[in-house]
Order: sequence, then structure tokens, then C-alpha cells
Amino acid sequence: MTRFFRSRLVWPMGALVALVLLNTISRPSFLSISVKNGQLYGSIIDILRDSAPLMLVALGMTLVIATRGIDLSVGAVMAISGAVALQFISKSTSPNRVGTVLIAIGIGVFITLLLGLWNGFLVAVVGIQPIIATLVLMLGGRGIALLITGGFITTITSSPYAQMAQGHLLGLPLAFFFSVGAIAIVGLLVRRTALGVLTESVGINPSASRLAGVRSRGIIWSIYGISGLLAGLAGILYSSNIMAADSNNAGFLIELDAILAVVLGGTSLRGGKFTLSGTVIGVFIIQTLTSTITFLGVPPAVTPVFKALVVILVCLSQSSRVRQYLGRIRHLRAAKPPIRLSGLETEVLAERKSG
Amino acid sequence: MRNTNTMDATSTGAIKSGMRRKMKARLSWIPVLAALAILILMLIAGQVHFGSFVTPAMLSSLLVDNAYLVVLAAGMTFVILTGGIDLSVGSVMAFTGMLSAKLLSVGVPVALVIPLMLIAGALFGTMIGVLIHFFDVQPFIASLAGMFLARGLCFVVSLEAIQVKDPFVLGLESARLGYGDWYITPTGIIALIVIAIAAWVLAYTRFGRTVYAIGGNEQSARLMGLAVARSKILVYVVSGVCAGIAGLIFTSYTAAGYSLNGIGTELDTIAAVVIGGTLLTGGSGYMVGSLIGVFVYGVIKTAITYLGADASWERISIGILLLAFVVVQRFIVARANRN
Repeated sequence: MTRFFRSRLVWPMGALVALVLLNTISRPSFLSISVKNGQLYGSIIDILRDSAPLMLVALGMTLVIATRGIDLSVGAVMAISGAVALQFISKSTSPNRVGTVLIAIGIGVFITLLLGLWNGFLVAVVGIQPIIATLVLMLGGRGIALLITGGFITTITSSPYAQMAQGHLLGLPLAFFFSVGAIAIVGLLVRRTALGVLTESVGINPSASRLAGVRSRGIIWSIYGISGLLAGLAGILYSSNIMAADSNNAGFLIELDAILAVVLGGTSLRGGKFTLSGTVIGVFIIQTLTSTITFLGVPPAVTPVFKALVVILVCLSQSSRVRQYLGRIRHLRAAKPPIRLSGLETEVLAERKSG
Repeated sequence: MRNTNTMDATSTGAIKSGMRRKMKARLSWIPVLAALAILILMLIAGQVHFGSFVTPAMLSSLLVDNAYLVVLAAGMTFVILTGGIDLSVGSVMAFTGMLSAKLLSVGVPVALVIPLMLIAGALFGTMIGVLIHFFDVQPFIASLAGMFLARGLCFVVSLEAIQVKDPFVLGLESARLGYGDWYITPTGIIALIVIAIAAWVLAYTRFGRTVYAIGGNEQSARLMGLAVARSKILVYVVSGVCAGIAGLIFTSYTAAGYSLNGIGTELDTIAAVVIGGTLLTGGSGYMVGSLIGVFVYGVIKTAITYLGADASWERISIGILLLAFVVVQRFIVARANRN
């Protein structure tokens, strides 16, 4: 039982359950799922479908954060992959053929893989701080996406492309299967090969792991590549949902949601140990929170206030000062008599307190 | 220093380290001079290409149109010099602007509204600073929370844009002091005063020295007995107050408070400061560099309007310039470390 409570997933899981309970109490229809034409409908299904782009981005972000990095460019990268794919389809003569759509997706995702590798190059080879290295693409990326679409919002009609975000498989939204597939592939990649352990070692101590023979440069490089690729796929899903390449709004502020999901899941921003299952829960928390806020009749624009409060609470709960304080309360009964300090020690302590 | 001079063997060492320090000081001016060179080159290139690019009116508008950015950059320079970052400035600027528009529209006197704006900015700064220093939250995340909070609160104040009709606030932008084609507005004067005070504080006060020391090495600064905690929080308060002033300037510039104002401004501000030669790792940089950085940004914006090119090029060129400067910085830091 204590082991269960010490698990890092308890808190995020508890938050998710609390959110779902809150929703079910305020609207009993929340948990109900109806079947129409062999397809499932309901709030939960909506959450599963709508969370797909964030899920893909957050999985990549988890790995990047584990290397002590951060990827701010994911939103811009999403805009670029959508722009590339839709521009290709709109120029092609057979937009309804599956082959065309597959090629379009392939090109879009390949370009975002290159963009991810570019980020990795700046971080791992040139040695620029991750925040700034990815800020470059965050600033420039939307401009590039606008150039690709010629400054317009490209819209297309292509039924195979629309299927990705809007279609169903086995009664469930197809987009959900993209999430599941990405979770499975990334999970296998990092937990069944050495990549996960190596990533953690690079994140915990880059120079020590280099001395131990870990090729940190190549690992950081490939992690940013994976993040770019996943963001590209998310961009495809997003553009498939609205059937348009909206370079200004595609993935707008999604980098912040993704970071929030990772942190909520219990992965420390200081790098090192990471938990993919935590991130998955974090994504569902954010999506449920968004859906709750909309249901409560709060204007969606006010959502950032709630997110800010969540960020502050989570950061405070991770802070060592708060933990120490809580620990002190817990051990109050078993308090020992204060140790007598020498004059110098008192001075040093006073110094430390005054900062 | 005085002690080492009594011993010959160590005095040569002291001289050497003194020289090295001078070299280092000179090294830290290189990015500023590079930014100045780029600014002058861009102006010359513009003049050659367009014929009449560098005119008194254009140079005047360079300051007046970017007055809010100058003020934000002044605050951001303090933060980046300590090795931190403040992502909240754009949202706080929008929030203080929104707050002032709302208060003015319900009839609160302007003499009360302006101090309230500055206090609101300072409160955001204090919150971020306390989170960073006392709770050990990373600057990036703490200011991100501030950014979310301010942006959301904008919409709590009002979902719609609020027009500002107060003659004093509007007069800050519409009043023009001119000589020939040269002109300046009160907002431009405010920006110049803010950057001048900031430059003085940074160069000649104890607080300014402490800011450099924290950026250089926080541990050493603490062991030296400097007021690290106070200064570290104070830089975010300064940045918040600057965001409040920028909110005032922006409100009088657009004659309205609008919740979507200043999205992405934090990135423009960081880009301007970095282009101006302040090291993102902290400890090295100058206020005048940030002013030059804002002007470089302004010239790019003007040139793109002149070219009639797509506005998306503005973002791309800022991105490229930022990249170039960060790589130059990297090179300088690597060289300083080798020395």
C-alpha cells in the first residue's frame, strides 16, 4: 500500500479521477456513451479524439525534457507540416486518392523530421541553450508556413485526408488510434531498447555520461528529431480536423500545454528520469480540464488562468522548500531537542536564511 | 588587490588577471558593436536600395513606434543579466493596458490609474520572483505561469476591446514635439528616460553590480555577501514595472485596451536584447545594446513594409538574426573560457 502511494503516478492519477468525478457530479451525462451507426459518441470519446495532437507533441516533449532540454518550436512545426501536406494535396490532380494523401503526409512529416534534426544540431553540436535554439524556429517557423501557403489559409477537399481526424475505426475515433500507436511505438523504443536509459543518463549528468561512453550528442540529436516528427504528425492531424492549413493558429501555444502535460505527469523539468505514462495522464488532465471549463460556461479565453494556477500548484508541490515544510509538520511529534550550534554555524545559517 | 600588490610574485599575476579582465570587458562589447554595425549597414543598404530610406521622419518613428519595446527591453535586460528569463512581459503589458482602459471607462481619474498599472506590473513581477527564488521554480516556468495568468485575466476584465478616450493618455501619443521633420512624442520621451535610468542603475549602483555578479556566478555572489535574494526578486519586479509602463505606452499608441495585444511580444523583446549583445547565460551585456537591438528590430520591420514584402518575412528575418547572434555569442563565450 505504501508502495502504491509512493508511486509517482498517484498524484496525477488522483487529479484526473477528481476531475472526472467533478464532471460526473455536475453533469451526469459526462460518462455516458451512446452508439450511433456503430460509432461511439460522448464527452469521454470527444476527449480521446481531441487530445490526439497534444498527445503526440507531449510524448516528444517528454523525451526532450528528459535530456534537460525543451522544444518551443513544436507549434510552429505543426503549422509547417500542415501547410506542406495541404499545399501538396491542393496542387495535385487527384486529391481523393489514398496514394496522394500518403505522399503528402510523408513529405510533411519528413520535413518536420529535418526541422527537428536542425534543432538537435543547434543544441547538441553548436551548443546553444535549448530554449533559445528552438526559439529561433518558433519565431521563424510560422513565417515559413505562411510562405508555403502564400499567406493564405489553404483549404482542401480530400476524403482520405479528412478520415484521419474525423473517421472511425471499430467504433472509436481514428485519431485515438494515432495516440495509442504513438504511445506504443515511443514506449517500445525507449523502454525495450537502451534509448530510454541513455536519455535519462544524458539528462541526469551530461558530462558523466559522456565519460562513461554514452554518445550524448547523437542521442540528443535523435531525440529532437523524434520530437519534430511527432509534432509534424500532430500538425497533420490538426489540419485534417479542420481541413485547412491555418499557419497562424495551428498548434498555437501547444508547446505550453505540452510542457504542462509533461510536468503534470511527474517528469521533472530538470531532466533525467521521465515517465511516459505520467505524460499520457497529464494530457488527459489538460483535455478534461479544457472540456470542464467550456462546460462550466467560462469563456474559453479565460482557460489560461486555470492553467496558470495548475502550473503554480504543481511547481510548488515539487519545490524542495514546500516539501521540507510539509515534512517538518509530519515529523513534529518526533522532534528532537535542538542541536547547539557554535557561533560560526549560527552566522552561516543566518546568512543562508537572509540569502 | 591591495594585498597582492605587496608581493612581487603575485603582483604580476594580478596585473595579468587585470589585463584579462580588461580583455573580457572589451570582449563583452564586441556583440554590442556588432549590433551597431549591423544597424548602420542596414540603414546604408536601405538608403542605397530605396533612395530615401533614412529620413528624419523614419528615424523619429523608429523610436516612437517601438517605444513600448524599448521599455520592455530595459526590464528584460536586467532579468537576462541575472541568467533568468521573463516570458510574461507581453501578457502583463496587455493586462495593464486592459486594466487601465477598463478603469478609465468607469471614470477612475488618470492620476490613479497610472500608478495602479505600475503596481499591477510590480505584483506580477513579485509573484514570479518569489516563485523563482524561494521555491526554486525555473524562471522559464515561473514566468510562463505569469504569462498564462495575465493573459487569462485580460479576458476576465473584458472579452471585447475597450476604447480609451482619456485626453491625457491619448495625448502621450498624439502630442508631438518637433524640429523640422524630426519629432518625438511623450511616449518616446518616456522610453528614453526609462532606458537612461536603467543604464545608470545598471552601471553605477550597487543593485546593478549585484545583477552582473549573480549572472556571473550566483554562488560566488552569495558568498561575497551580496544581497542575492533581494536582487533576484527585484529584477523581476523591475521587469514587471517596465511591462506596466509599456502597457501605458501601448494603450496610448492603439487608443484601446485589447486582450490579444502583445502576443509574441516577449519573444520580440528577448530577440532584441540578445541581438543587442546580452549573453543569455547572464553576466554580460549593456543597456545601450538593448536599445540598439530594438532599433535593429524596428529597421527590419520598416524595411519589410517598404519592400512591400509579405509580413511573414519579418518573423523569419528576426529568427535568422537571432540565430546569427546566438552563434556569435557562443563563439565569444568559448573563447573567453579558453583564455
